[in-house]
Amino acid sequence: MTYLVGEGLTGGYGSGPSILNGCNISVDRGEIAVIVGPNGAGKSTAMKSFLGLLNLKEGKVTLDGKDITHLEPPARISEGIAFVPQTENVFVSMTVEENLEMGAFLRDDDFTDTRDQIYDLFPILKEKRFQLAGQLSGGQRQQVAVGRAMMTKPTVLLLDEPTAGVSPIVMDELFDRILEVKSTGMAVLMVEQNARQALEIADRGYVLVMGENKHTGSGAALLADPVVRKSFLGG
Amino acid sequence: MSQRPSNAPLHDNTVRASIAFLVMAGLLILIGVTQSWALALTILNLCIISAIMALGVNIQWGYAGLFNVGIMGFAALGGLATIIISMPPVKEAWQAGGMRVLLALITILATISAALFVHKLFQGKRLHGWLIAVVIIIGVVISRYILDPGVAAIEAVNPASTGYLGGLGLPVVFAWIVGGCLAAGAAWLIGKIALGLRSDYLAIATLGISEILVAVMRNEDWLTRGVKNVTGLPRPVPYELELQQAPWFINLVERLNSGSLAGLNSTDHTAVLQTLVVDSASIFVKLCYTGLFALVLILILQLCVLALDSPWGRMVRAIRDNEVAADAMGKDVTGRHLQIFILGSAVVGIAGAMLATLDGQFTPGSYSPLRFTFLIWVMVIVGGSGNNLGAVLGGFLVWLIWVEAEPVGFWLMDALTSWMGDGSGLRKHLLDSAQYMRVIIMGAVLLLVMRFSPWGLLPEQNR
Amino acid sequence: MTDYLNALVVFANFVFVPALTYGCQLALGSLGVTMIYSVLRFSNFAQGETMAFGTVITIMVTWLLQSWGVSLGFLPTALLALPIGILVTALVLLLTDRYVYRYYRTKRSKSITFVMASLGVMFIMNGVVRLLLGPNDQNFADGERFFLTADAFRAWTGLDEALVIRTSQALTIILAVILVVALFWFLQRTKTGKAMRAYADNENLALLSGINPDRIVRITWIITAALATVAGVLYGLDKGYKPLSYYNLLLPIFAAVIVGGIGKPIGAIVGGFIIAFSEVIVTYAYKKVLTYVLPTDMAPDGLVQLLSTEYKFAVSFVILVIVLLVKPTGLFKGKVL
Ligand SMILES: Nc1ncnc2c1ncn2[C@@H]1O[C@H](COP(=O)(O)OP(=O)(O)OP(=O)(O)O)[C@@H](O)[C@H]1O
Ligand SMILES: [Mg+2]
Repeated sequence: MTYLVGEGLTGGYGSGPSILNGCNISVDRGEIAVIVGPNGAGKSTAMKSFLGLLNLKEGKVTLDGKDITHLEPPARISEGIAFVPQTENVFVSMTVEENLEMGAFLRDDDFTDTRDQIYDLFPILKEKRFQLAGQLSGGQRQQVAVGRAMMTKPTVLLLDEPTAGVSPIVMDELFDRILEVKSTGMAVLMVEQNARQALEIADRGYVLVMGENKHTGSGAALLADPVVRKSFLGG
Repeated sequence: MSQRPSNAPLHDNTVRASIAFLVMAGLLILIGVTQSWALALTILNLCIISAIMALGVNIQWGYAGLFNVGIMGFAALGGLATIIISMPPVKEAWQAGGMRVLLALITILATISAALFVHKLFQGKRLHGWLIAVVIIIGVVISRYILDPGVAAIEAVNPASTGYLGGLGLPVVFAWIVGGCLAAGAAWLIGKIALGLRSDYLAIATLGISEILVAVMRNEDWLTRGVKNVTGLPRPVPYELELQQAPWFINLVERLNSGSLAGLNSTDHTAVLQTLVVDSASIFVKLCYTGLFALVLILILQLCVLALDSPWGRMVRAIRDNEVAADAMGKDVTGRHLQIFILGSAVVGIAGAMLATLDGQFTPGSYSPLRFTFLIWVMVIVGGSGNNLGAVLGGFLVWLIWVEAEPVGFWLMDALTSWMGDGSGLRKHLLDSAQYMRVIIMGAVLLLVMRFSPWGLLPEQNR
Repeated sequence: MTDYLNALVVFANFVFVPALTYGCQLALGSLGVTMIYSVLRFSNFAQGETMAFGTVITIMVTWLLQSWGVSLGFLPTALLALPIGILVTALVLLLTDRYVYRYYRTKRSKSITFVMASLGVMFIMNGVVRLLLGPNDQNFADGERFFLTADAFRAWTGLDEALVIRTSQALTIILAVILVVALFWFLQRTKTGKAMRAYADNENLALLSGINPDRIVRITWIITAALATVAGVLYGLDKGYKPLSYYNLLLPIFAAVIVGGIGKPIGAIVGGFIIAFSEVIVTYAYKKVLTYVLPTDMAPDGLVQLLSTEYKFAVSFVILVIVLLVKPTGLFKGKVL
């Protein structure tokens, strides 16, 4: 039984046309699943459907076998899903530490342990803990964003383009961190523009086009597929 | 609210509009029959003026989504124009301090040009702001030094009846145009500052300028006589007393009433004719106003309709419906908004001048935001923002409600509290407070219409 | 030397202390506007009337207490009535939110729609306030009138002029300091306060963090009610309750908010003082001060007043315009479109 499953997801924004057309995406604990695809394919939209930010017309979402299709976003967060949006993913007018604190908003217990773990994972954040998140570099901000999402001790981490606007070196570092996160038994689902590097660390890969699964397979298999290479990985 | 979603229902406005205006006419006739015809005409005249003001605001809100909270100020500028244009000049006052006022005016203009010059010369340099401030302060001090004795002298000239400069002594109808121009000038200034920023800023800036404009008119006695009011503005229509003496008018009344006058003996005949003439004179004067005002209303309405159908109007609506896209397409959004803001304010200014003309006096103390800003907003929203006919209808209907709400409210309170007995303090308090009920009701009407019928009585027509 | 001291005392008495008091009142009012702005994202035109409403309720409770013979000794009884005024005002604001603003929030309407709705609320409140207490001025200050009397000051310093501090002025300053400290402590130190800042900063991310927007909005209204009522009551104690003067506070309040940077609490406070001091400095007649400072033969004949008090809102307006022209984000880099 796969941990997080989205089956036949179909839906769009408001009363507009469907952006997702029956796509299937799933990820298990201790795995990384990567969604790639052209701009506007519906990758971010698919992420939102897992979080309940989208009205699904058809399809269902299950978490550990439990149907969560009709849960509101806060309830899904309590269930263990955490999401890092593509843009505006930190509180710019608050310090790094306050950002992490807000991530733990739903927790009533003592979260200093979790915070320290995140500081261990992203040492730069500890150094800048009293600085405003808006004054950090793009890469540091992404780390804050991931850290904020991990404060709820989620079992599923949804990352929408965590490496957007980040230099290649920082990108490698971020991927290393994500691998570390995965090794703690978390299910990581991420959307990536840097498809090649992402698929290299992916256990599952999805190529999404027009809201449909175009290609599915393990990361290595997709990297090896000549059609995928030609049309989505630039040769 | 100003944005109309493509799936909003399309109503057949012509039928709705005809029914609505027929109902309006019916209500006015009802007032004419049950209360008096003079009252019905008075209300009608104010309805027309309200409709014009609502049209002006509708230009700003309905066409461009600009939120003007300073309608009062623009209307007051129109009122000021009636003094400047139509009152006879006060010669002694001009002799006493006219030169100083003119000189001070020139100083102020010179200060502004000097400030602009300094601004150009030192732009981007250090001290830029301070230099401008110094220039302005020097200018203000000099002009005050020139102006103050002049003002004192002017205000000393026969303060009980004049004490101000008076006007140009031209026909009052010119004041309607000048009132529009004054309001347009003020709108240009405010628009230059506040347009292109957050939409709330325009609201705050217009609120400020209108308070200041009215404060100026209340306190600058040399210009407006302040709270002493300017009464006896010349009229564009005949005076009742003249009519009552004019043979042609008496003959007319006699001919029109020949039926009821026939069979009376000569003393009765003269007496009845006398009262008939007096009544008819008052109605005739009001009808003259109605005709004039209706002319202006139709003219402005026609211009609005033409403008909206022109390429300019299409561009304006395109901007309103998607400002971002229009901006991206290289349309000068702020420039267009400035034009619209000026045009709308000018229309309000014209209506303000017409109102002072109808009143025959300019009373700065009477300008309250309640009556002159808020009520007009209720008219626009109730009528249907974006629809010209809707604004007119809103102007008519809301004014009628506003006028009749007080007596009805009082009557209702009176009936409801009659069991308390006349000595009751609570009853007295409630009766005294009946007038505030209509403010509350108007606020509630605004909120209810916004919420449940955001397109108003006559929604904007999709084209 | 004593002449200079006398001049200084006159200045302090007629300019500094009144401006400081007025600044505190404006700062509290502006804080309410800025809080609403940052959380609900619109300029609340009903703030002035909210202040009036809170004051009216407080006055009515004060009268009730007085009729029972309750008093606070040298402090005004209104202080005792204040919590009830705040409570009722908070209740009314929560009701307006429930029945007016919430609808537009769920519809995600444009901010100008909210502004217009707030205008509707403002006029209803305007009517209600007059319905409750009539259109006339009311004086509800009791207790000791002076905190520092002229005689005490003269006896203490031996100067001709005196610095008089009224109880209402001292109370304003003390209460304002307490409230501002409490507000900043709340925003910076408590979980709810931080959540409020987070919501103001990034609504969507706040939702993703599990912050309940309805709760944040409710708390914002309650804080606004408290700030507005305290500001209104202090203003009323200081200058007497006049219904119209609360409407007239709207412009200085907005000017203060924009000068400081819209959505910035610290900006609202600084802005409040800038507006208050400018207003008082510009409209004060300096004849007396100058008579002390200048040699006798140079003493001024006129009042030496830059602007008559009737034009005091022109000061707010001019400052507002300058800020819009020069730095629309305000001193503390607030939000601007
Ligand atoms: N909030 C929204 N409301 C309406 N339509 C939206 C919204 N967000 C996205 N869309 C539309 O949904 C489609 C898919 O968008 P989505 O953001 O999912 O693409 P994406 O695959 O993430 O693209 P990118 O690689 O550029 O991030 C686009 O056509 C977009 O215009
Ligand atoms: Mg995306």
